[in-house]
Amino acid sequence: MELTGAEIAIRCLQEEGVEYVFGYPGGAVLFIYDALFNQDQVKHVLVRHEQAAVHAADGYSRSTDKVGVALVTSGPGVTNAVTGIATAYMDSIPLVVISGQVSSNFIGEDAFQEVDAVGITRPCVKHNFLVKDAKDIASTLKKAFYLAKSGRPGPVLVDIPKDVSNQKVEFNYPASVHIRSYHPERQADAGSIKRAAQLLADAKRPMIYAGGGVVLADAAGPLTDLVRLLGAPCTNTLMGLGGYPATDKQFVGMPGMHGTYEANMGMQHCDVLLAVGARFDDRVIGNVAHFGSVPRKIIHIDIDPASISKRVQVDVPIVGDVGQVLGELLTVLRSSKQKPDTAALEAWWKQIAEWRSRNALKYRYSDEVIKPQFVIEKLYEITRGDAFVTSDVGQHQMFSAQYYKFDQPRRWINSGGLGTMGFGLPAAMGVQLAHPGATVACVTGEGSIQMNIQELSTCKQFRLPIKVIALNNRYLGMVRQWQEFFHGNRYSQSYMDALPDFVKLAEAYGHVGILVEKPSDVEGALREAFARKDELVFLDFRTDPTENVFPMVPGGKGLSEVIFAEDL
Amino acid sequence: MRHIISLLMENEAGALSRVAGLFSARGYNIESLTVAPTEDETLSRMTIVTRGSDAIIEQIKKQLNKLIEVVAVIDLTDGDHLERELMLVKLRAQGEAREELKRMADIFRGRIIDVSDKTYTIELTGTGSKLDSFLHAIDRNLILETVRTGSSGIGRGDRILKL
Ligand SMILES: Cc1ncc(C[n+]2csc(CCOP(=O)(O)OP(=O)(O)O)c2C)c(N)n1
Repeated sequence: MELTGAEIAIRCLQEEGVEYVFGYPGGAVLFIYDALFNQDQVKHVLVRHEQAAVHAADGYSRSTDKVGVALVTSGPGVTNAVTGIATAYMDSIPLVVISGQVSSNFIGEDAFQEVDAVGITRPCVKHNFLVKDAKDIASTLKKAFYLAKSGRPGPVLVDIPKDVSNQKVEFNYPASVHIRSYHPERQADAGSIKRAAQLLADAKRPMIYAGGGVVLADAAGPLTDLVRLLGAPCTNTLMGLGGYPATDKQFVGMPGMHGTYEANMGMQHCDVLLAVGARFDDRVIGNVAHFGSVPRKIIHIDIDPASISKRVQVDVPIVGDVGQVLGELLTVLRSSKQKPDTAALEAWWKQIAEWRSRNALKYRYSDEVIKPQFVIEKLYEITRGDAFVTSDVGQHQMFSAQYYKFDQPRRWINSGGLGTMGFGLPAAMGVQLAHPGATVACVTGEGSIQMNIQELSTCKQFRLPIKVIALNNRYLGMVRQWQEFFHGNRYSQSYMDALPDFVKLAEAYGHVGILVEKPSDVEGALREAFARKDELVFLDFRTDPTENVFPMVPGGKGLSEVIFAEDL
Repeated sequence: MRHIISLLMENEAGALSRVAGLFSARGYNIESLTVAPTEDETLSRMTIVTRGSDAIIEQIKKQLNKLIEVVAVIDLTDGDHLERELMLVKLRAQGEAREELKRMADIFRGRIIDVSDKTYTIELTGTGSKLDSFLHAIDRNLILETVRTGSSGIGRGDRILKL
């Protein structure tokens, strides 16, 4: 039977088992919306801004292991979506974004709502397509899902001109897909795995540094087994939190600019560093030359060959699926007769304990003004560490990463690579839809939340009982902190004046708002909010406007060049 | 170091801009880039001349390989190879210079492919440096226009880049 391009697009989504499409209609996608209307298998979530559609699809994907799907119209629909697409690209999140395009015969004429979607998104997608004929829609979408999810995941955009979505052709969903220039499955080199195993077995000061790749590859299990087998300390990057249980004694916290002292010193002074699904990001290792100034052997496991030896030259590169390689590494290590050097390990742990005893995350509690760290500690306690926590970008993001102990992967959802303010709330919508009964908290700042606050309306429509934890310090706190440290206290444009009354605002959207001004009210307010299982509660915590995130390795400095809270 | 990278990619709209975009986005240098379809019209062959440290050239190759439409990448500089560029150059050819220019063209094995009473247009192929030397050998004031294709490269002997 012949179907329109639009009907075919929706049939493809059905075939892929897509549960939710996050989107916003417009002229160029009217046929696709019509096709959506005529079925009820794929549910559509109407957001209030296309950026939020992509972030919601992204949050959905990060909290599951499925591909997130967004649908936007041509022109401004696509340009609004770009921030979301770039966010997903930087963190390697599998998305399929379908965009409408003006009709084929108008392309290139500066038609109403025409933009070169493929051109605009080219640098921030894994791949993109312009579909020129309806008979190519099915195979293109099949490829899009395959590309998004396989290898190093990422967003894929499929641009469909309006006339193509109304063209009738025969529908056949391909059972399999082959792209001759794309071979994401690789068998990791056995020799390299052996060499890695030997290095690890001989190590006196081993350190495991695991990133977002572990979460994306669902490899927390084998990672945990390996860390335990080696008896080595493990650090998880901002993207990797939950990849190894944070409450375990072998966990030394997050590395990097706001990492713990023990994680950073461990990275710096280990003799063998095993990097797993991590990319030696500038926010993680600081100054490359400083990092390279001490001798250590580096083993790097990554699905993307281009991630290896990009910033730091490594000794043993292993390209392959992180979970599979870890499994093989475990097999080799387990079959080895070599006994671990317990004396060396003991000395190493003693050293780590000494670094740990600096207690880099301690902060001064106050009973007058709410400390943001205190709110996160209480949030952790009250949700028993079991919540999905999304975050925006700024100090509150770092506090969440530092003080909420994630024991499971896919629970901590934040924009690490692009650092997109406005990510938190829409991402939480995707998470809540993927996990209807689960506790979902969005930690945000009064700056970030206003970048996508309109989504409170979407939350109402879809009854999403997210708990918004706003750490309201009346400042673009992270900007203010840098201005305090590096720009002579000149707080240029970082004060958030004329803030709305967030309680009333929440109420205006039909939600519950609670203002919390005293430290002694923090716990009660959180308890009340989480007791309201079916309602979105917006908690406006008035936090200390002068608080800073510590410890801090300033940009361009080395991992051991740390500023502690008490230094200032 | 100067490297000549050859690649095969799907002959599809947009593939060239993905390669060009990659170089500009990551700040890699392009000295020249040539591209045309191969005998298999589903494929295009591209030759890129670039410069960079070993680490950068390694990244360039990895990043090119990552592009979905790129089928194969080789660094011709890794082994024996041939490199040719075509140049068309229009020269002011009057009076006694006319004879002189014809002789220079012969020395460089160029061909005069268009003649007017005031000009010669010469076709010349060779390595980039041969073309440079030709231009250096001629009085600058006589050069009216030049157009160069950029280098195309191929491996010597059994070194073959094919699908
Ligand atoms: C879209 C966007 N614009 C600007 C920035 C730069 N930026 C990083 S953190 C920050 C301040 C965030 O303020 P707020 O949301 O109030 O959080 P706080 O740091 O106070 O916790 C800014 C402006 C950004 N990350 N994203």
